[in-house]
Amino acid sequence: MGKAKLSGAKALVRALESQGVEVIFGYPGGATLPIYDELAKSSIRHVLSRHEQGAAHMADGYSRVTGKAGVCMATSGPGATNLVTGLANAYMDSSPLVAITGQVPRPMIGNDAFQEVDITGITIPITKHNYLLQQASEIPHVTQEAFFLASTGRKGPVLLDIPRDVQLEVFSSHQAKYPPLEGYRPTVTGHPGQIKRAVTLLKSAQKPLIIAGGGVSLASARDLLVQFAEKADVPVVYTLMGKASFPNSHPLCFGLMGYHGRIEANYAITNADVILAVGTRFGDRSTGPLKTFATQAKIIHTDIDPAEISKNVPSYLPIVGDAGRVLEQLVELIPAKKHAQWTLELRQTAEEHPLKAKSSGVTIPNILRILKSLVPDPIIVTDVGRHQIFTAHYFPVDSGHSFVTSGGLGTMGFGVPAAIGAKVGRPDRTVIDIAGDGSFMMTCQEVASAVAEDIPIVVLVMNDYCLGMIKQLQDASYGRRYEACKFGRNVDFARLAESMGAAGFKVTREDEIAPAIEQSLAAGRPAVVDCVLEDPGNVYPMVTGSSLLEYVE
Amino acid sequence: MRHTISVLCDDTPGVMTRVSGLFSRRGFNIESLSVGHTELPGKSRFTIVTTGDDTVLEQVRKQLQKLVHVIKAWDIKHAEAVEREHALLKIEVEDKRRAELLQIVTAVQARIVDSSASIWILEVTGDTSSVDNAFNLFKDYHILESIRTGKIALERGPSRVMKK
Repeated sequence: MGKAKLSGAKALVRALESQGVEVIFGYPGGATLPIYDELAKSSIRHVLSRHEQGAAHMADGYSRVTGKAGVCMATSGPGATNLVTGLANAYMDSSPLVAITGQVPRPMIGNDAFQEVDITGITIPITKHNYLLQQASEIPHVTQEAFFLASTGRKGPVLLDIPRDVQLEVFSSHQAKYPPLEGYRPTVTGHPGQIKRAVTLLKSAQKPLIIAGGGVSLASARDLLVQFAEKADVPVVYTLMGKASFPNSHPLCFGLMGYHGRIEANYAITNADVILAVGTRFGDRSTGPLKTFATQAKIIHTDIDPAEISKNVPSYLPIVGDAGRVLEQLVELIPAKKHAQWTLELRQTAEEHPLKAKSSGVTIPNILRILKSLVPDPIIVTDVGRHQIFTAHYFPVDSGHSFVTSGGLGTMGFGVPAAIGAKVGRPDRTVIDIAGDGSFMMTCQEVASAVAEDIPIVVLVMNDYCLGMIKQLQDASYGRRYEACKFGRNVDFARLAESMGAAGFKVTREDEIAPAIEQSLAAGRPAVVDCVLEDPGNVYPMVTGSSLLEYVE
Repeated sequence: MRHTISVLCDDTPGVMTRVSGLFSRRGFNIESLSVGHTELPGKSRFTIVTTGDDTVLEQVRKQLQKLVHVIKAWDIKHAEAVEREHALLKIEVEDKRRAELLQIVTAVQARIVDSSASIWILEVTGDTSSVDNAFNLFKDYHILESIRTGKIALERGPSRVMKK
């Protein structure tokens, strides 16, 4: 290209284009207008959110269903701080994101200028890495590096903070030499010796078990996991983040593990002699009490992040590497074997402990049952709360990248914007957000974004007029003193949706469920179904004691 | 248990915040920290003294290693390293105690780096216990101000830092 002169803003848009970015979720402000001016000349689509948190969750949802880094953008100051929850959410769930923020001009930095905030300082603990750009000529290189960091190794959000005068600065584009990232060398392939030892251990196992974490999906290694589990005949349980990491209806699948896990899943963990944990960080919600966790088992822990090895649960045999590559190595060496006795034992346990929630009426399990019969293979997005755990149990997900939830941070309000991002990433799929009435209200303004941008998502609001998970905890541990958990007279969600131009439905009887879902799907625009629950029962199983096998079901 | 961690990293703005912030965020304790340039252009090296059992140490090391600007973070074994701290003490010297103070200065191999009227600035270098020892001996005099650097440590034998 020779020595063409270009501005920082133009260089940024070019760099984004060369990274294959198709869409940016954002909200403009004074400090990002030079970028918007260039974006207008680009083929990159911009989806205007109604709040920057929404933009960050949209980028996150987009990334989770496409596997590509999502991009969000906000202005300086409040725009940037509004991204914080979204970045923390992406960081906890290792979602690749590139966030761009405007910053006040360089000479004003540090002067407490209008809409100035130290966003790189604020986001150090919740990003994989971040940059405050000092000159326009760095932009091409830094943008490339940001995408590289976000989408390799343990994925995560990377933030670029670009002062307004850097966006406007004109520089001669030339290929400057930048030092390589000396300290960043993720291990992808599992150590061959460890792989061999793992195979030997798995061969000797009588009661082997696989824990499928979200890392399997992040590595797009679901098919390899199925291949491995089938070849070695090893039962599988999943973490909440790993729900889409293994087909839920597969005969070797024994459901969600952990604090709200299925009895058979937690029974399997407690009785297994060898556990292969793939792409999980053993978060406290998946393990329950650590002292009694899998005490019978030798744990083979494979993760892309060496710092996860023995962080929460001591591992007998660590394998650092990409889940896909490691599973490839394991599949190759593992001999076919049957564990009929063990799988039978788990199947019997499962039969003795069926899910017990009422499967009729306007209840969450029944709505999910009807939804599954009408839409067998959607992308399911959830918000956070009781409905989230119900969905994990009562809506089997059998396709990859088809369950999007806020696992680590537990961000209420994630659902609607994440569903929008998911639908933008996969317009060919039906995207359904299962929301709670509490969660929905935290980001419901994004329904207006979906309408304006013509992104037809369906939101089913599980409306129990209260904060269900809070109520459940107050039931269990606070003597049913329902402090600050009941909303009283709630919003009319159908009319709220209609006021934003979406289709709105209200369901108060069982026979209205199916028609409302069908009409939502046929609406050709975003739709919200207010499901007024008749009996907002608590969600079980729930671990109540000092081990996974002390529970209420 | 006390551990000494060496961190080789890029000398870029904010790297100090990233390193020290990691300690507070993960609930690790910093007992002392010192940082400076190295023989490698554009690189800095931290020596951080921290407390915790071996599991904590391993977590600290791995979390440090995850920082993009950190090239290498490793544990320095006390027995295999030369360790130094540096201290400056400003002491008010009474005429009648000048001679005995001078004896102590000689005994602990301190240096008088500044003297004006009745005030001396002494410099002490040594491993942590030698510096502690010097402080103990000077305690009986009127210390007006004192300051200590964190520990720096270098392993004996060939370099563990990768060369280009």
